[in-house]
Amino acid sequence: MSKEPVAVIGIGQTKHAAARQDVSLAGLVREAASRALADAELAWQDVDAVVIGKAPDFFEGVMMPELYLADALGAVGKPMLRVHTAGSVGGSTALVAADLVAARVHRTVLALAFEKQSESNAMWGLSLPVPFQQPLLAGAGGFFAPHVRAYMRRTGAPAAVGSLVAYKDRRNALKNPYAHLHEHGITLEQVQASPMLWDPVRYSETCPSSDGACAMVLTDRAGATRAPRPPAWVHGGAMRSEPTLFAGKDFVSPQAGKDCAADVYRQAGITDPRREIDAAELYVPFSWYEPMWLENLGFAAEGEGWKLTEAGATELDGDLPVNPSGGVLSSNPIGASGMIRFAEAALQVRGQAGAHQVPGARRALGHAYGGGAQFFAMWLVGSGLPGS
Amino acid sequence: MTAAPPPEVLRAPLVVEFPFTRSLGPVQSAFLTGLRERVVLGARTSGGTVLVPPAEYDPATAEELRELVEVAPAGTVTTWAWNDHPRPSQPLATPFAWVLVRLDGADTALLHALDAAGPDAVRTGMRVRIRWAAERTGAITDIACFEPDDAPPPGHPPAATPHEGRFPDPVTRIVTEARLDYTHTPGRAQSAHLAALRERRTVGERCPSCRKVYVPPRGACPTCGVATTDRVEVGPAGTVTTFCIVNIKARNLDIEVPYVYAHIALDGADLPLHGRIGGIPYDQVRMGLRVEPVWTADGRHPDHYRPTGEPDAAYDSYKELI
Repeated sequence: MSKEPVAVIGIGQTKHAAARQDVSLAGLVREAASRALADAELAWQDVDAVVIGKAPDFFEGVMMPELYLADALGAVGKPMLRVHTAGSVGGSTALVAADLVAARVHRTVLALAFEKQSESNAMWGLSLPVPFQQPLLAGAGGFFAPHVRAYMRRTGAPAAVGSLVAYKDRRNALKNPYAHLHEHGITLEQVQASPMLWDPVRYSETCPSSDGACAMVLTDRAGATRAPRPPAWVHGGAMRSEPTLFAGKDFVSPQAGKDCAADVYRQAGITDPRREIDAAELYVPFSWYEPMWLENLGFAAEGEGWKLTEAGATELDGDLPVNPSGGVLSSNPIGASGMIRFAEAALQVRGQAGAHQVPGARRALGHAYGGGAQFFAMWLVGSGLPGS
Repeated sequence: MTAAPPPEVLRAPLVVEFPFTRSLGPVQSAFLTGLRERVVLGARTSGGTVLVPPAEYDPATAEELRELVEVAPAGTVTTWAWNDHPRPSQPLATPFAWVLVRLDGADTALLHALDAAGPDAVRTGMRVRIRWAAERTGAITDIACFEPDDAPPPGHPPAATPHEGRFPDPVTRIVTEARLDYTHTPGRAQSAHLAALRERRTVGERCPSCRKVYVPPRGACPTCGVATTDRVEVGPAGTVTTFCIVNIKARNLDIEVPYVYAHIALDGADLPLHGRIGGIPYDQVRMGLRVEPVWTADGRHPDHYRPTGEPDAAYDSYKELI
């Protein structure tokens, strides 16, 4: 029996911010979920199951928060499932929800991911001291910056490429009302003059720390027929993982990322991603990861990713807009960041992205990664039914 | 020949603690501020059920709950368990009963502690009342505990009374100290590695399948999934494969910035380990730099790595190790 086609018919986000002190964790997730239901014009009782994701529990200090959040998400009496794949979890959560619909286990599933970073300190949570080990690591930036340097050495990319990405994404964010950072009047010179935190990664080339949530309503063909607005159809989705550290690991272009993209493209019938994909929402927490992922995901040949960025191809009006929403560089509620990529890809093909809409986008890629470039999750969504 | 002594198994305490912040939202804010004012609030659902403590969303219907009511500071034990050995952070230092108390006017029960002489003095259905803390801040600990209540129970069930839930200077955020106490053991492979480090030797393990040398060893090859037992001494010198210059102080690190955090492939190892580079200005560190460990008297690990003075390694010689 073939899979049931999966449609995204409702999308909701919070206004992402450094600290949402006005809401509890429950209030935060409720805000995103209510907006997704309103977009789909559905009520809580129309949802058959809830899939929830977030990054490590140390980021808020609530162990198994899904137990406490069941009431806020209308999950009582329904199956509720927690997904955890570190920073990629928002993407994995969407894929688990999509699989439940594709397998005809449930007809309509609410997928939700969140993080309330202001309740803890992610740099602390990611650098817990382990006995007998030398404490050296300075958060995620310290972990990823050496890999950025390795990319620059491998490809000969000019040092300014990273600042171009940050400048683009922060300007895109000005068109996205939900983005955390709205840096009006930002200039390239400001980005390039910002303090060097983990050389070669500058402050302005680093994602913020955000509170936020994102939710999606996924449903089957019958549900899509009843939906008030155009759906986004899931044309392909995949997850891959590999160890954080192993002999032969390529941190610049991890094999698991390549394999994950290849699987998604095969499912979606994509043979030339650069030409066939109209917009991409890539998980870029540090600006240099844009050119790195462009290569890893097959949008550019190895060593050539930075040339797309430098030539302006990834600008909102370029031929391959990357992160029209402003991306992780503009909003980073960690657990939600992957789902925001997936949701923004869906908004593009639904024609619902507002001021950051890529005109006529028919196919878009949502991408997430997490851990030490360890977990990958991606989906490709389209405006038409798969195979049509 | 004598039997080899059993390998030393290292153990150490691992304490994870953090003062987490809680943004309360409107309902929990009213509830905790109410406790500060010796007022116990609940939430009334559209079906008329009074939930104490109040929930923000109806567990049955998912509706948002914003109708607050005040209930009595006395009620009935619905079930209990005796706690003979109170732990340091628990409400009472002497043995007590954990109780679920349905306060008069509420339909659900609140978990707290009951100060009672012993388990024989506790029973389901007994009447109890709140003993308020002398100093109250807007926290569940504003209820010091419950105590037996000898007053006759109300003749008829008292109704909860509407309450706006507004107080001067409301509590909107609280800090909850959380602490987890673990015992950490690094296991056989790392313990052997650490034992060798005491002799200032760096010993890794080779995978019998792919022949890759892991430093520090984990006891198994993550690629092949087989145990690694063949010990291999590597280094002491190595090559900086890549690095970053850290200019920002981490919360729990006591290292002066800027410092260079480098990936160092020790000679003979098949993946880099991480170390700090010293003995050279931070802005002169480069990929390919040849380095060697620098030990301090009491250090378990090399304090840092410094240049050996050899010519830099050619990029092609280490590019597969990045």
